[in-house]
Amino acid sequence: MTLQTSPSATLAAPRRRVFPGARLAHRVWRLTTRMFREKPLGAAGGVLFLVFLFCGVFADVLAPHDYNEINPIERLKSPSWAFPFGTDNLGRDVLSRCLYGAQLSVIISLSAATLATLVSLVIGVVSGYLGGRIDMLVQRFVDAWMSFPDLVILIVVVSVMGPSMTTVILTLGLLLGIGGSRIVRSAVVSVRENMYVHAAQSIGASTPRILWKHIVPNVLPPVIVLFTTRIGAVILAESGLAFLGLGVPPPAPTWGGMLTGTGRQFMFQGPWLALAPGLCLTLVVYATNVFGDALRDLLDPRMRGSR
Amino acid sequence: MSTYAIRRLLGLIPTLFFASLIVFVTVRLIPGDVIDMMLSENDISAQQLSREQLLATLGLDKPMWEQYLHWITGIVSRGDLGHSLWAGDSVWDQLAQRLPVSFELGLIALVFALVLAVPIGVYSAIRQDTAGDYITRSFSILLLAVPSFWVGTMVMVFPSIWWGWSPPVEFVRFADDPLQNLKNMLLPAAVLGMGLSAVTMRMTRTMTLEVLRQDYIRTAWAKGLDERRVVWRHALRNALIPVITLVGLQAPLLVGGAVIIEQIFVIPGMGLLLIDAVSQRDYPVITGVFLVVGVAVMLINLAVDLSYGLLDPRVRQG
Repeated sequence: MTLQTSPSATLAAPRRRVFPGARLAHRVWRLTTRMFREKPLGAAGGVLFLVFLFCGVFADVLAPHDYNEINPIERLKSPSWAFPFGTDNLGRDVLSRCLYGAQLSVIISLSAATLATLVSLVIGVVSGYLGGRIDMLVQRFVDAWMSFPDLVILIVVVSVMGPSMTTVILTLGLLLGIGGSRIVRSAVVSVRENMYVHAAQSIGASTPRILWKHIVPNVLPPVIVLFTTRIGAVILAESGLAFLGLGVPPPAPTWGGMLTGTGRQFMFQGPWLALAPGLCLTLVVYATNVFGDALRDLLDPRMRGSR
Repeated sequence: MSTYAIRRLLGLIPTLFFASLIVFVTVRLIPGDVIDMMLSENDISAQQLSREQLLATLGLDKPMWEQYLHWITGIVSRGDLGHSLWAGDSVWDQLAQRLPVSFELGLIALVFALVLAVPIGVYSAIRQDTAGDYITRSFSILLLAVPSFWVGTMVMVFPSIWWGWSPPVEFVRFADDPLQNLKNMLLPAAVLGMGLSAVTMRMTRTMTLEVLRQDYIRTAWAKGLDERRVVWRHALRNALIPVITLVGLQAPLLVGGAVIIEQIFVIPGMGLLLIDAVSQRDYPVITGVFLVVGVAVMLINLAVDLSYGLLDPRVRQG
């Protein structure tokens, strides 16, 4: 096996001993500095996204109150120093609920986006590399799947399986995964025709080996971009579902759920109830969108302007 | 052109088959205990039925493939989507009442999105990299991030706090009072069209930029035509063709968004039918709406593909 024509192999060249991961760290560092220099808006989005992650992970420490701490004396208080985002109709602190909502969003968005990306990768790589009749069949299935609006599939599946965190994550992951397989497939189809793939085929490398060693590493840039854009999509879809009362069931403080249910009729007395969760949602989705766009421009110029 | 249309129509058959499978299998995922739950909770839809009757009504007492065959032949031969467990009337009748409402909402939203997006997108392209371009671009990215249900909620809450005015929520049928109906539909449609207009704005900008770089545009400038002519007569026509296709592909966005908008503004369309059916566990209605929505999106895509052929001579001959 001396035939090393894969770009990922030729890039690995210098025979210096480097501790594992150093090259990756170096690449990430270079990408980060480029992002700050060339795409300041995208970088700002990335920073905002990190803030969101931080809030989600440390919600238990950051939140001044429990998300379900009912306090009848402090009902519907407008924003103040004690309650920066005000309180709701049960006297619960809206800031704390938003922070715990971020925690739920982090858990759901990261796991569903990871699942979605894996599903896209498997379907896209298999369908794109094998081609022929299998590809045709898989693509017709994807066509059919994409004819259904995301939200409608979600509503139906959740209504059948019953709303829970697991249902929401699994359905969203599968749903967005099947849709996203198109992007992976088109990348695979163009990589498949490269000389190094033909070389590997002619020296008799097995299909799994070719897929793993030659195809997957070379379609990673669009896959990483796909993952980032999926996070925003998951957060939006999950909040829409929660808004319809089909998300993670209450009292879990999902951002979508905070805008609906019994709190809704109190918004006329406490308009801050309508503002806080919506602002959180918009900011986080905006951040992931601009970050994803910038990442796409840096990593994968072919996809520019495709959305 | 006709061979293109026929090929496209034939290609629809396997997709339709898969779509029917998706609908069937998804709804058939009902775990057995849901039946018990429906019975024990004195579910509205299960009240007058015994366990066996309920299983038979849902068609769960036969093997899966037989259920599918029965279901699909009923639809293909008689257009029979089953009967509502709750209201007892045929699902098709319910859909026939609701479809036009959702269609109207979607159409107004589409018109709104295009009227807003195309001029702004073109402006953004011909003034590339000016302050105006940056502002409109940031605006469109922001529009993509704002959830429509949040905007819908704020539209309901804030005008009523500030001016004591809130959007009307009683539904007026188009046949009864067309003007009032349109007036009531305008605001929900605008909220629904928001996301689509953001997507369209970005696409119009990209496509116009692409076309403006081409040789025939330079020729048009060289002939001494003014900007209005070059942009509107020469560039826009070609730029808009791909935009139309891409807008057509966004049809699921409108249909899915309609579910939420109809819920907020209490518009009795397909979305509200679906949500009501979900809360009553009315599975035949859920199945019906699910299938019809998918097929509707497919037909929209088909229409867009075919119109693309009509609009662009290159596709017609190619």
